[in-house]
Amino acid sequence: MQLLRSVSRIPYYVLITVEFLFKKVVFRCHMCGQCVLQFTGFTCPMRCPKQLRDGPCGGTRENSHCEVYPERKCIWAMIYARSRFLHRTHKLEVIQFTIDWRLENTSSWINYFSGRDGQREFKRNLKQQAKAAAVGQGA
Amino acid sequence: MKASSNLEKVLTAGQFAVTGEIGPPKSVDAQLIRDKARLLRGVVDAANITDNQTAIVRVCSMAAAKIVLEDGVEPVMQMTCRDRNRIALQSDILGAAALGIKNILCLSGDHQTLGNQPDAKGAYDIDSIQFVRVAVRMRNEGKLLCGEELRNTKKADLLPPRIFVGAAANPFAPPLDFRILRLAKKVAAGADFIQTQTIFDMNLFKRWLGKIVDAGLHEKVAILGGVMPVKSHKALTYMKESVAGMSIPDELIKRMEQASDPKEEGVKVCVELIQQLRELTGLRGVHISTVEWESIIPEVAKRAGLLPRPAPGESSPSETLSA
Repeated sequence: MQLLRSVSRIPYYVLITVEFLFKKVVFRCHMCGQCVLQFTGFTCPMRCPKQLRDGPCGGTRENSHCEVYPERKCIWAMIYARSRFLHRTHKLEVIQFTIDWRLENTSSWINYFSGRDGQREFKRNLKQQAKAAAVGQGA
Repeated sequence: MKASSNLEKVLTAGQFAVTGEIGPPKSVDAQLIRDKARLLRGVVDAANITDNQTAIVRVCSMAAAKIVLEDGVEPVMQMTCRDRNRIALQSDILGAAALGIKNILCLSGDHQTLGNQPDAKGAYDIDSIQFVRVAVRMRNEGKLLCGEELRNTKKADLLPPRIFVGAAANPFAPPLDFRILRLAKKVAAGADFIQTQTIFDMNLFKRWLGKIVDAGLHEKVAILGGVMPVKSHKALTYMKESVAGMSIPDELIKRMEQASDPKEEGVKVCVELIQQLRELTGLRGVHISTVEWESIIPEVAKRAGLLPRPAPGESSPSETLSA
């Protein structure tokens, strides 16, 4: 029985390994399990030492480097530069949902499509709010 | 009135607000906190109580704020997301409100590796913008982040904390456009007032403020410009070299270096800066902070023509009108 259960988990482990390897190489993923790359110019904000998801702290140096690691560029400076390049700065205006730490080290892909991270609902709400605001302005 | 704090009254009355700053001690010296509070009584509308600034262990901001409050100075309790997860943040808001503390300032906090416990684990559970939103929601809707209501029992009355919620902004850290966007997010989250990083570089500050005014943000939130009297050019050089997110012009360092009485010159520079700030559209007050030199704040406020302050508890003109 135990063996069967372990075997049935194999597809999940394969998927999470593929996801991790892909995202680690491309985005230096931290496996928070609730990816916000589409908001942040496809640059992972979890690389920030304070793990800020809503923009840079006040400690960015004059040369745009991090206050904690002076040799590193502030990840949010990179996010901003890439968002501008990709014409996605409007995506940065969204106040992000708070992180669900239970999802750390789980598959963000599965969490997204199963609705476990609540992100699809979050986006639906954003769209509704935008619509309501547009209607309010029109009237 | 959201919180009926003195700071809120001064700001809603349209007066130019003045806040000071008190750094709690590194030991259990309550008398030191009282002494500092007495220096600022009647000089500032409210005094910020720093929360383990630069990640160095000190008396906690809530305890110090309570001591200051007892001595007749209204505190602005600073709260960082570095040391508290969402449970502690919300519980501390309730605790502060229960103690009669009416202003809080929501910050990310200096990173723990920069302080005297560099091996600590930082909380950084939620970020400062999410924290502003949580605090405002607690006050406006009486709800916690999880959606639960602030009642003792199901049938009991809703008892939300009456707090005036502030946040910080750094006009000098790059990229400038992103700083405006981030302030707009803090405003959207519901911040009532903003205190800026200490201003030394007036040109850069004016550029930032111009963009804020263009975006119309100064009408939605009260912005208080940060100033700091410094004792010598060494302090400025130190800040320029080791404090991230500061912009200090070389001319200012030269001016301080050439002065015959650096302390007097430091006060003069600060007073001049306040006078320039008062002329600017979009600013609703100043925040005077010091590095262990609280005793100079009364002198600075006096020479900048900021005294006398409106008495605490005095009803504001707008309130009298509505009544």
